[in-house]
Amino acid sequence: MEILVYGTINSVSLALMGLGFAMVYGISRVPNFAHGALYIICGFVTWTLLQKLGLPYVLAIVLSLGINGILGILMYRLVLIRVRGMNISEIISSYAIGLAILEGLRYGGFRGMTYTLPVFMEGMVVIGGVPVDYHRIVMVVIGILLVAGLWLFTHFTKLGLALQGMAQDERAALMLGIDSDFMAMLAMGFGAVLAGVAAITILPLGNIVVESGYHVLIMSIAVCIVGGLGSWMGAFFAAFIIGYAQILSVVFLGSHFQMVVAILAIILTLILKPSGLFGQQKELEDRV
Amino acid sequence: MSKENRRKERIDRGIKVRSDGLYALMSWREMAYLIAPRFILIAGLLALPLLMPGLYWQRVISIVCIYAMVAISFDFLAHYVGLVCLGGAFFIGVGGYIAGIFNAYFGMPPLVTIPLAAIAGGAFCTLLLLPCLPLRGVYFAIVTLMYPLFMARIIEAFDLFGGTDGILGIDSFPSAFTEQYFVVGILLVFVFGLRRLVTTDMGLIFTAVMDNDQAVRASGINITYYKALAVFIASAMGCLAGACLTHIYMWSGISQFALDFSILPIAATVIGGAGTLVGPVIGCLILVPVSELLRDFGTLRIVFYATLLVAFILFRSDGIMAFAKRKYEQIERWTLI
Repeated sequence: MEILVYGTINSVSLALMGLGFAMVYGISRVPNFAHGALYIICGFVTWTLLQKLGLPYVLAIVLSLGINGILGILMYRLVLIRVRGMNISEIISSYAIGLAILEGLRYGGFRGMTYTLPVFMEGMVVIGGVPVDYHRIVMVVIGILLVAGLWLFTHFTKLGLALQGMAQDERAALMLGIDSDFMAMLAMGFGAVLAGVAAITILPLGNIVVESGYHVLIMSIAVCIVGGLGSWMGAFFAAFIIGYAQILSVVFLGSHFQMVVAILAIILTLILKPSGLFGQQKELEDRV
Repeated sequence: MSKENRRKERIDRGIKVRSDGLYALMSWREMAYLIAPRFILIAGLLALPLLMPGLYWQRVISIVCIYAMVAISFDFLAHYVGLVCLGGAFFIGVGGYIAGIFNAYFGMPPLVTIPLAAIAGGAFCTLLLLPCLPLRGVYFAIVTLMYPLFMARIIEAFDLFGGTDGILGIDSFPSAFTEQYFVVGILLVFVFGLRRLVTTDMGLIFTAVMDNDQAVRASGINITYYKALAVFIASAMGCLAGACLTHIYMWSGISQFALDFSILPIAATVIGGAGTLVGPVIGCLILVPVSELLRDFGTLRIVFYATLLVAFILFRSDGIMAFAKRKYEQIERWTLI
């Protein structure tokens, strides 16, 4: 029962981390290696607004999500747009931006154990003999709502359909009058907001530390690779696979193995079936 | 004369054209023109340890050479074979650990462990990367980026080879002089060896694999064999660098799998000039000392070189070496349209 409950919670938090990465890659084909940095920066912005400026929690969250979105858009507009389509340059430049943000935060004095965000709701409830605090339940609810919302957004709104069209075939989308650079920019903004949502829902459970930026990056890559790069639903299901695998390995092997499982999942998926469980890429394009 | 009706044209220098062919042998001037850049590189690298004040900066030169070896192996794999390997740290770590194990547990001297680490480490890395060889582009890049992290976690989780403490008590080189000239010499051999290799028939096949692997396959050439061979060459170089690093610091541990060793060589390659094989060396000669100078600023130096990297990718994506080559071989002038 403990495995079931905590496996679900862990899976949803992984899905939250991975969704933003999957969205950006799915639409603009840019592997956003600054994802972890966007996640952490949102946490710090929220903390600053909340503690230093004394804004109410909800306002701080909304503002920091907005800032994160703008940051993502700027990152695309100023840097990534110039290297789009060149795989190596995309990876190197987005990773370099992420590195600069994370290490800059570390230099700026954000280190140590003192940075925490308040939880949404205090208290806990017992589910099937396992104590679970309310915040984790809220997190699961937010995660599921977010996935459902994304599904509705991409299937029933004009903007969402345009984004999906671009994800499927960029040239055809261009012919139908969809501005691909603008859409890719929006996707980057959405990806950054999703990273922010993940940060705000997950970070109250622990401290805000710069190192977790790298952790989040690896986790979101793991989720996206296993699910198939560019497939959001795939990422969601893969999050459950990896989430449960992690909890099982922690219970039966030891906490060191949590990361081993994720990285092993990436390597094995890429070797055995590079397009992932739900990937739409043609097999031939990925491997010879 | 406004800017609209002018353009810049670049024309090869006469001496460059004359020294392209066999005519280069006709006069000392043409020969000097050909030899000068190579001579500057060799003499410069050999003189560097002597010019450096103090042991600290001599040590920095050794570290520069080690990064440069990883960087040229990245450059070779990425721009001559088409495999973008982001896992330089994997090679460094494997080489470092193998050298450490043979030295600390079996008591072999550094001059035995280093070649041994290069060969055994190269074979080990090639074996592990063999299943990923069919992958291309971003997939190969991500999987190689994960390998060093994976190795580090495995060593941590199973507490292998001293676990988080690493292997202690490894012999150093006999003297600082041997240490520096050993790494400088090896680096020069690698640079000129690789430049020669990519012009041979084998190099032609490597380039063909990068351009169109299906065509190579259709010619009856086993591409997996050639890709594995290229990975072996590159990883042996990386492992040798790792083994030298272990003997310089007299220690090998998990931090040899750190992302630093994957990112800095790539940054150096981008800055120095991708696809030139000499550019990475120049990039390392700039980046490593700069990051040593900025050591007082702590993590701000990482911010600095990440920013520099992005700036170079955006505005000077061909790198310093291509720029210098253009200046050396061509004249530029404004002409009326």
